[in-house]
Amino acid sequence: MQDAWIPLALSLKVAGWATVLDIVFGVAVALALARWRSSARDIVDALLTLPLVMPPTVLGYYLLVLLGRRGPIGAWLDTLGIRLVFTWEGAVIAAMIAAFPLVLKSARSAFESVDPQLEQAARTLGMGETALFFRVTLPLAVRGIVAGALLAFARALGEFGATLMIAGNLPGRTQTLSIAVYSAVQAGDDHTANFLVLVTSVVSVVVLLVAGRLLPQHSLLTSR
Amino acid sequence: MTLTVDIEKTLVTRERRFELSVSFTGNCKRIVLFGPSGAGKTLTLQAIAGLLKPERGTIALGGVPLFDAARRIDVPARRRAAAYLFQDYALFPHLNVRQNVSFALKRGWLNPRAREESAGEVDYWLGVLDLTAVAGNHPAQLSGGQKQRVALARALVAKPRILLLDEPFAALDANMRERTRRELFDLQTRLDIPMVLITHDEADVAVFGDQVVQIDQGRVRDIAHYEALAARNTSDR
Repeated sequence: MQDAWIPLALSLKVAGWATVLDIVFGVAVALALARWRSSARDIVDALLTLPLVMPPTVLGYYLLVLLGRRGPIGAWLDTLGIRLVFTWEGAVIAAMIAAFPLVLKSARSAFESVDPQLEQAARTLGMGETALFFRVTLPLAVRGIVAGALLAFARALGEFGATLMIAGNLPGRTQTLSIAVYSAVQAGDDHTANFLVLVTSVVSVVVLLVAGRLLPQHSLLTSR
Repeated sequence: MTLTVDIEKTLVTRERRFELSVSFTGNCKRIVLFGPSGAGKTLTLQAIAGLLKPERGTIALGGVPLFDAARRIDVPARRRAAAYLFQDYALFPHLNVRQNVSFALKRGWLNPRAREESAGEVDYWLGVLDLTAVAGNHPAQLSGGQKQRVALARALVAKPRILLLDEPFAALDANMRERTRRELFDLQTRLDIPMVLITHDEADVAVFGDQVVQIDQGRVRDIAHYEALAARNTSDR
């Protein structure tokens, strides 16, 4: 039973890092897509949404090919002394890619729902573009971004296929909660499996409840 | 202060093509752009504010060029010191009244705090426009008239050189409209700030039309003083 806390802690660490990276990149890309007037926009959006619909094992295979020691990115990282295969950092990359579309989608629609007239009003009041992003656009979009980030966290927490492909199943090092459940069932250790499943379910429900509260109607920003 | 506008802009959407070609010189303190909706009044006002970039022409205020296509001058909206009042006010929904009003005074990447200690100018404008009691409220909690006064206070705090108003009374009910019209007239007279006001309501023209620029289908049809306009309309009948 003690052992259950190790994969839980690892899962939270991996999902946490994946979510932080998703927020940074997801918000930047979402903003670019919301502002960019080009027909290529839909293609880029579709490509970046692929992880949502592709089988995680396919995603993991791509990552393995790209990030493995002989892969184009992996070889370069190897010269810098960074190894992603069979490491928890690799699991972060897998979870980050798998959950990325969730942040991207909600951040993009959040940015697109900000009334452009409010940004124009800020300009006529002497605001520069950076200041108006932080003072008008971002505060008005933040609820959508946070809701997307929580969904991404939930998705990252449950990542299995891609993580297994790139990070493997090393107890204590890359064995996350969902992989530990699989291992426990395979080993016939129902007791551990039950407990792990319960923990996973509770964490997921809590995350979804919080995400639901941040979606419209609940006026988080306008209440004092 | 003289306002000269001589601009051309073609807007193409899937449904239609609109050609704006507006030229007038305003030398009164109160100029009204008058015409039916869809005539290009708002586009003209946006061009003066720097929110719309014309393809050709010039815009100058008091002899200072704000836009000149030939000389590649295009002063960004934030440096034009032109206060723009949007038809539906465009108040920042995430900020309270006091924060909205002090928005332009606070530089940097952070909004003014919700409970700022007294700032002279902000308090002054909140007082002048009868907003002190609602200073802590958010825009969603205000009436139409209050929203409009907040928008006005927010614009005036920035010490604009010109006031641009897009249908300022359209969203108000008849009672409020009459009252607000008088208040705005008094305030503008007292501040002695030039203004350009858009309307399709003749009652607005009667009050603010020192100079009336009639716009229709993207063109200036006539420039006159209200008295002359009224006299001509009467003789037509």
